[in-house]
Amino acid sequence: MPRVSPKRRLTAGAALVVAALVTTTACGGGDDDNGGGKGAGYNAALNKVANPSKKAGGTLRMVGKQDLDSADPQRAYYGMSWDFMRFYTRQLVSYDTKPGKAGTKLVPDLAESTAKISKDGKTYTYKLRDGVTWEDGSPLTSKDVKYGIERLWATDTITGGPGYIRQTLDPKGEYKGPYKDTSKDKLGLKAIETPDDKTIVFKLPKRNGDFEQFLAMPAGSPVKAAKDTKAKYTSRPFSSGPYKFQSYKPGKKIVLVRNDKWKKDSDPIRPALPDKVDVTISANLEENDKRLMSGDYDVDLNGTGMTQSGRVTAVQKHKANVDNMHTSFVRYVALIHTAKPFDNVHCRKAVFYGTDFAGLQQTRGGKLAAGDIANSTLPKAVPGSSDYDPYGVLERKGKPDIAKAKDELKQCGKPGGFSAKLTARNNNPGEVDTAEALQAQLKKVGINVSVEQLDGADSASITGSPSVVKKRGYSMQMSGWGPDFPTGQGYAQPLFDSRFLVENGNYNESQIKDKKIDAMFDDAIAQTDLNKAAEIYKKIDKRILDQADWMPFLYEKNITWRGERLTNAYMSDAYNGRYDYVSLGVNDKK
Amino acid sequence: MTAPLHDTPADAKPTEDVAPAAGAGVKKVEGRSLKQIAWNRLKRDKVALAGGITVLVLVLVAVFAPLIVSVLGHPPNDFHQDKLDPLTNLPTGSLGGVSGDFLFGVEPNKGRDVFSRIVYGARISLLVAFLAAIVAVVLGTLFGIIAGYFGGWVDALISRVMDVLLSFPQLLFIISLISVLPDDLMGLEGTSVRVAILVLVIGFFGWPYIGRIVRGQTLSLREREYVEAAKSLGGGRRHILFKELLPNLVAPITVYATLMIPTNILTEAALSFLGAGVKPPTASWGGMLRDALETYEHDPMFMVFPGVTIFITVLAFNLFGDGLRDALDPKGTR
Repeated sequence: MPRVSPKRRLTAGAALVVAALVTTTACGGGDDDNGGGKGAGYNAALNKVANPSKKAGGTLRMVGKQDLDSADPQRAYYGMSWDFMRFYTRQLVSYDTKPGKAGTKLVPDLAESTAKISKDGKTYTYKLRDGVTWEDGSPLTSKDVKYGIERLWATDTITGGPGYIRQTLDPKGEYKGPYKDTSKDKLGLKAIETPDDKTIVFKLPKRNGDFEQFLAMPAGSPVKAAKDTKAKYTSRPFSSGPYKFQSYKPGKKIVLVRNDKWKKDSDPIRPALPDKVDVTISANLEENDKRLMSGDYDVDLNGTGMTQSGRVTAVQKHKANVDNMHTSFVRYVALIHTAKPFDNVHCRKAVFYGTDFAGLQQTRGGKLAAGDIANSTLPKAVPGSSDYDPYGVLERKGKPDIAKAKDELKQCGKPGGFSAKLTARNNNPGEVDTAEALQAQLKKVGINVSVEQLDGADSASITGSPSVVKKRGYSMQMSGWGPDFPTGQGYAQPLFDSRFLVENGNYNESQIKDKKIDAMFDDAIAQTDLNKAAEIYKKIDKRILDQADWMPFLYEKNITWRGERLTNAYMSDAYNGRYDYVSLGVNDKK
Repeated sequence: MTAPLHDTPADAKPTEDVAPAAGAGVKKVEGRSLKQIAWNRLKRDKVALAGGITVLVLVLVAVFAPLIVSVLGHPPNDFHQDKLDPLTNLPTGSLGGVSGDFLFGVEPNKGRDVFSRIVYGARISLLVAFLAAIVAVVLGTLFGIIAGYFGGWVDALISRVMDVLLSFPQLLFIISLISVLPDDLMGLEGTSVRVAILVLVIGFFGWPYIGRIVRGQTLSLREREYVEAAKSLGGGRRHILFKELLPNLVAPITVYATLMIPTNILTEAALSFLGAGVKPPTASWGGMLRDALETYEHDPMFMVFPGVTIFITVLAFNLFGDGLRDALDPKGTR
């Protein structure tokens, strides 16, 4: 291309605009020049509370493209469902209702205090608070907590939820679940003891420093045995929180109303401001964005960010109502070791050097809508994430290093380049476009990539199946990954531990088989000191990067609409990319 | 065909003055073949002529796409993200980034040259449309002529097959077929596989349209005297089918082939729009329309350019086809 210099000038101009934006963001205020509206200001809900208020009443109106994956606390796995469930479920411990990093702190919820952990790190004891009740006024006991958790073992009925508690307490799978339990009270699980109605004791066969994190997930919620409708529990969960179900039409509508048996003094973390929570499910994203902006709804339930057309209008005209949130998702390309020539580390490194990270960022929507260029395999919210940058990606501001890429190709024995097959999911907005961008970038160093589009719903059986991957000759897979809970175990183990390499639903897509990494995971998980664990995760991250096993390219961000009526809006790092729903209020009585 | 007998010699007596004039008039009428008549009619039909010229230009654009793009555009798969607003990812400048450098502007998000992609898209559209029309014409003529000439159970069988195919949901069938077929087939790979599949499938579902018309024409032609004459002179079946009947079918076949091409263009665009066309990054008009959907409110020009291109192409082919039909119609005036 001969027209180099005007383009350079334009790039510089673009960089200046970005820099100006960053500065504004760093100042953190809402800038009135950039947007009309009466919102609390651009990024007003990041690391602080937008419109703090204690005023109760009104209806919080939410809209979403997608319904909850399940309203049953033991069956839900989507982050938005976990966020929403704090309206009607309580756990022994839960995340603090505070903005930013303070929101990842575990605080006692049903329990009087966080766990009393025995010296060997294998026994966790909790005492329940006084005055905690169900929505019918009956007292909530430690047996209800145990029964709720036991439901996780009924894997043929209670499907879909996370398996962490089950795998930790009963790694051999000896217990068969409460529905096949022969004991009279259906409380046959030996690893959990309930000496009295107020006390619950967990006995772990092996130490796990993240065990309290597992209990903080909705999977650790109590369920009253008499109200358990098994698979049908999702259509009418029995509430222990400040709200209860008035009606639920799956795929259409959820209405929660106040649970008058819930007592504020028994619950130190939930403000419970609105009188009613009204959720509408509507499949048209563009329309949902428009109605959010016109004020028909207050907040997006799914928290997947606005559509391109919505965010252009929002950012240009109503910037004070917009938050640019981190989602803690990492966008990545897995380089599959079993596919030639990616068995050779130099060919993998050639991809790292040949990729124009800034171009991928722009294709996904630019700095605001796509997120920041990634260097570490761990998202910022996961302890262990660092600024280690062996390929100089951040240093070059995401631009490729063609000379180094060609050099690596030579060392790999493929000086002329090679061919590769890259998969991308066509139902993930922007992913196919990004794959096309990568295709165009790698062509410049001689790597000829063909893009294979897949339906994301089939990923478990296609990209998640090493034999199918081999048969179809895939060598690179583009996708995104977020943590179940903000530690290395909850994020990185399924991606990099060779023992998680399974025939179906595999997420170790690079097919990394590294005994040292496996051992480091064991070591980190056994640590009860999270700082020590973080140091080990840092080493894992470094090793993955040094071996060029798995290429992160973006720390994802969303443009999220904050309705003008919303009060107490903030993003906590425990619910990255979304507001902490249970804290939200509205400032008029409608 | 059956021209009325000219009664010239008997009347050509009266005066010497009239004779040359009459003789000249008669000569003129005799000298015009069917082709000439058609051409004269077409020449007078300005609308059809404009359509024909547009078609010609489009074909030239498709054939010389690399040359045109090297002069007026940029390689169709190159990203020019410096032409985008970093905040909104939309083209900077008015009308979707139209400038002397980028004649039709750039794509949002990717910054590829819209002009180059439309020029290259013409290749896919026209290639698929023409080849599919050829497949349909060959199959349709062959089966139509056989059904019409032989009649009886052969006709019944072929006609039922045509009925089945005409009532088949071809769009759904093609979409499911494309999602099932592997990416490398018959030694082909990538784009060529998709083009081959599109051609075969669109052509296969298109032949009954031509087949029915050819069958109907053959039915009426096979009773004509010249066919009888050829038969009584000992002409074989093959001779009668291809030497006697086929030349008389050329006119309707040409017309319907011309009218089939715009339908094929639309089918290809619809399939690309639905994601069952050629694979990205290969440019196609339908694929561009689909990409434009996401941003049509803020960057309408990205939808206008491919949309207008499809519209003009289809209209040109239709006008030209209609004109051709009028011109070739023996019953048409003048």
